[in-house]
Amino acid sequence: MNLSRHINARTLPLIVTSLLFVALFGFGSIAYTGFFSAQVFINLLIDNAFICVVAIGMTFVIISGGIDLSVGSIVALTTMVTAALVEHHHWSIWAVIPLVLLMGAGFGLLMGVLIHAFQLQPFIVTLGGMFLARGLCYVISIDSISITDESYTQIAQYRLMLGEETFISISALIALAVLAFAIYLAQYTRFGRTVYAIGGNERSALLMGLPIGRTKILVYTLSGLCSALGGVLITFYMLSGYGLHALGLELDAIAAAVIGGTLLTGGVGYVAGSLVGVLILGVIQSLIAFDGTLSSWWTRIAVGVLLCLFCLMQRLFERGSQSFSFLFSYWKKPAEPSNNTDQEASKACLTQVTTRTAA
Amino acid sequence: MTVEPILVMQGIRKSFPGVAALKNVQLRLFPGEVHALMGQNGAGKSTLIKVLTGVETPDGGEIRLKGELIQPTCVGEAQAIGISTVYQEINLCPNLSVAENIFIGRFPIRGPAIDWKTIERESQTALAALNIHIDVTLPLASFPVAIQQMVAIARALSTAAQVLILDEPTSSLDEDEVERLFQALRQLKQKGMAILFVTHFLDQTYAISDRITVLRNGEFVGEYAASALSRLDLINTMVGREIDEASYAAETAAQTGSVAADPYVSACGLGSTGTMRPIDLDIYQGQVLGLGGLLGSGRTETARMLFGIDHTDSGTIRVGGEAVKLNSPRKAVQHGIAFCPEDRKTEGIIAELSIRENIILALQARRGIFRYLPKRLQRTIADEYIQQLGIRTPDAEKPIGQLSGGNQQKALLARWLATDPKMLILDEPTRGIDIAAKLEIMELVKAQCRKGLAILFISSEMSEVLRVSDRIAVLRDRQKIGEIAGKDADEQSVFRMIAGAES
Amino acid sequence: MNRLPAPFLAGLRHRLFWPCVTLALLCLVNFYFNRGFFDIEIKNGALYGSVIDILNRAAPLMLVAMGMTLVIATRGIDISVGATVAISGAVVASMIGGSLVIQNGVQSYVSNVPMPLAILGALAVALLCGLWNGLLVAGAGMQPIIATLILMVAGRGIAQLITAGQIVTVYYEPFFFIGNGFLLGIPVSLYIVAVVLIALLLLIHRTALGLFIQAVGINPVAARFSGISARALVFWVYAFCAVTAGIAAMIITSNVKSADGNNAGLLLELDAILAVTLGGTSLAGGRFSIVGSLIGALIIQTLTYAIYSLGVPPEINMVVKALVVFAVCLIQSDALRAMLARHVLRTGEAA
Repeated sequence: MNLSRHINARTLPLIVTSLLFVALFGFGSIAYTGFFSAQVFINLLIDNAFICVVAIGMTFVIISGGIDLSVGSIVALTTMVTAALVEHHHWSIWAVIPLVLLMGAGFGLLMGVLIHAFQLQPFIVTLGGMFLARGLCYVISIDSISITDESYTQIAQYRLMLGEETFISISALIALAVLAFAIYLAQYTRFGRTVYAIGGNERSALLMGLPIGRTKILVYTLSGLCSALGGVLITFYMLSGYGLHALGLELDAIAAAVIGGTLLTGGVGYVAGSLVGVLILGVIQSLIAFDGTLSSWWTRIAVGVLLCLFCLMQRLFERGSQSFSFLFSYWKKPAEPSNNTDQEASKACLTQVTTRTAA
Repeated sequence: MTVEPILVMQGIRKSFPGVAALKNVQLRLFPGEVHALMGQNGAGKSTLIKVLTGVETPDGGEIRLKGELIQPTCVGEAQAIGISTVYQEINLCPNLSVAENIFIGRFPIRGPAIDWKTIERESQTALAALNIHIDVTLPLASFPVAIQQMVAIARALSTAAQVLILDEPTSSLDEDEVERLFQALRQLKQKGMAILFVTHFLDQTYAISDRITVLRNGEFVGEYAASALSRLDLINTMVGREIDEASYAAETAAQTGSVAADPYVSACGLGSTGTMRPIDLDIYQGQVLGLGGLLGSGRTETARMLFGIDHTDSGTIRVGGEAVKLNSPRKAVQHGIAFCPEDRKTEGIIAELSIRENIILALQARRGIFRYLPKRLQRTIADEYIQQLGIRTPDAEKPIGQLSGGNQQKALLARWLATDPKMLILDEPTRGIDIAAKLEIMELVKAQCRKGLAILFISSEMSEVLRVSDRIAVLRDRQKIGEIAGKDADEQSVFRMIAGAES
Repeated sequence: MNRLPAPFLAGLRHRLFWPCVTLALLCLVNFYFNRGFFDIEIKNGALYGSVIDILNRAAPLMLVAMGMTLVIATRGIDISVGATVAISGAVVASMIGGSLVIQNGVQSYVSNVPMPLAILGALAVALLCGLWNGLLVAGAGMQPIIATLILMVAGRGIAQLITAGQIVTVYYEPFFFIGNGFLLGIPVSLYIVAVVLIALLLLIHRTALGLFIQAVGINPVAARFSGISARALVFWVYAFCAVTAGIAAMIITSNVKSADGNNAGLLLELDAILAVTLGGTSLAGGRFSIVGSLIGALIIQTLTYAIYSLGVPPEINMVVKALVVFAVCLIQSDALRAMLARHVLRTGEAA
């Protein structure tokens, strides 16, 4: 197995991210007692399950070369609708969850259609979607609705024991399942590869006969679906629906994707990277919580600094990739550079010029 | 030979609003041959290929593949019947792996997932057939352009094509890479594939092709066996003899003005790895230096280096005897150099701004933000040039995008003349302009030269270069192969130089 | 067909026509539900009334929209202005702070740092934010949305760092004058908007700034080839945008008499972008209109006011805003226009 073969411009950010996560976790383990345990690690998953799911949807959008600012609002709307239906109308949880998932997907689908059919900028369309979803939350209620439904709280509080002391929640399991499915989707289906192709070069993708429109619309639908699922996971986590839930979640999702090695210009990235990105955001939070003296706002600053470093790193690779391409040997036998003939040719050219001007 | 042609195009006509791009053009392709399609800019080569690949529908004429009438309406349809195309710009996704680029759109599926193993194996075989052995799992972007071009060819071939069209595939390749490509083409030829090869490089035409079809001004000129057509004849057929010797002689005589003793701009060994071999140029004030050469010979590249647009990695430039480093257009402008780019639309005009604003833009840029030209002065300057250059427009406030090509070009000329430059680089100033406007612009160029401006003139129409130039630097294949004084030069001598410098 | 008079047609085609119509319609809606909408009365030597209120409340948005217009005209975007507002608000509030001092039995408020110095300091910090954005966009060549995303994420953290996570209340009376005071009957904030507007209009029309920004926005390559230093221009445009955000922060902080790192200027960047698009400047860059953006900002504020006066819960505001965003997008969409044109052509041919 040749490891160095797998280290290149597109995997390096992911490798750096993974190492960074290990380093941060290692630092925490040494600095704070009780940090190094399986439960602390699993808690990262449990506490950030919803961000993970949302970030996975966002990763697809970013790989396709777009952006989705509406995810946080769709999450909030999902919590609101879920809470209202379960609490006020006493719907069964098994009817509510499929319904809200469908709603999220439909929301994404509409934005996708607007973006593709009318050639609008994803930024501004999803911005509109963000306002709309957040506003609809307040149409339902401006207050928080807490969920007290029996079956709901049971699911939310269910813990699967892994060994004696460690446990994992339903949401974390769902997040892992979504991740596995997303990896399959991205790497092993025609849809996934078309998403990459569009992000790489939309014109080429079109000339190669790929279904651009359908794929783009599906990407936003997928992001809407992931956001709705993220919203359901939040209701498990918080047991409430509130219009102010997931404020600014879109930023966290984008940051997680970028830190996980996804290129914001599209075409490059790994879904698994976004999980590592989310875990890094989580471990920073845990570190700050364990420290006790640091205030919570350091999280934001740390995320901003990381984001900046990773963006700069990406720029560096973009610029460098051309000049470094010669490092990859491509012919079976590298051809001899024909320097001699070149020099002779230019010499001949020079003499020709001098004779001409002399004449 | 009793072989039937695999593809026959006959009486193809195609008009665009205002232009007849193809007038009764024919083309025959035999299996197992490489057929070069040659012609000057605007000869109709690309339109013919577009018709063949289903991008454009012809107004008249018929296309027969193996005797059957075909009428492709989109790229996919042409591919399905066995006509594959490789374009000049690589239409692949740089972020995907080589194998993926070859197979995307028709991935084999095994069970629920894409069968990556088969894809990798088959793409390796496909590339091996082209004598390329690379790791197909690496992203396309990690390979040089030549390999990318080969991957595009492999993709075209893997659709089981009978006819392969290569539209200037070599313009970004170096000699070594071209040789690799040709080896692959020869193999394909032996397997009986018909290959249509569009290129501007004469050497390459003769190195690979069996027969040559020449187009000129949208018309079919002839079909020749490559071995029976000399280079000079080929150039003459491509260019056509249409220059008026008498008028030309009269103009050259009137041209001699006062020429400065020292060159204003002097480039020595200026070059950039991969795009331009080191070149020496001296440009004198009061003189027009023409760059002669076919398309792709490095004319525009030279101009861009002199204006500080493209990065250079060898050589020096002296302006007015002083060594300078021109690493941005702004620097070049400050040294009194002006540049009318080849592509008016994307690099020249600012379409939504008025003619006045377009004309004073460079002057204002040179003065800086705060030394603003008052509106009244702007209008005076604009009106002056509109009158002086004969720009036909109701007033200076009309958006420049609404003018005709010739008037846009004059406005761009005005933009630079307003800065009172010492040297003017004109890259294809007459492209896409009607005859009358062409003559006017040539006249303007000469008038400016008489006023003591140094001019570097680039045109793909050799007759124009000959008509205005005092000296002509002849380029071929991205290097300068010599210089001729304008009064000694006629088309034949320049073409002989281009055609035969090697022999 | 009846020919409309030429000046009328010219007016129709004018860029500010639709923004003005929208604003007028909104005013009429307001007038319909509240007959006192256009009334202005004088209380204690100051003008009061709905219109004045809308103008006053729209002041911060108008300021930021002016800066944003220039950024968008160069084909950029700045989504960090909200964070910049939070940061410079935090700086000015913590620098002034203020405490109650009783001297010779007279109560007076004293600021920690002299007020002009504090304001200058806060504006300098805002400028720093802009320089940072400019550096990333023009220097490192990052996509504008990504480059400014960094400050958007980190900015509120920095603001809270400055205020130590607290809402910093300002007790220093003279500072309130900026956001709440009146001068000759007119709110002070409007004077600030007017000063910035006049300065900007002078810069655009009396220097080559407007020309260069448009040139860079319409055709960056041609602009560079003409000798314009596009990089420097873009760099300073981001700096200016951040400074307008800083000035807006002064008004906001003074108005609410406190700085809240978490909520000051929340979603302001989106409102500003919306105002710019409403004002007729295309997000694709190029031709821009400062006055249009001001009208756009007023549209947003009047809309909010109308929603209040309709008696609808103010939360609906965001839904309406969303619908406005979609409508504006569709109106500006070339694809939709082409579609409509084709449709008209077809029905025309059929008839």
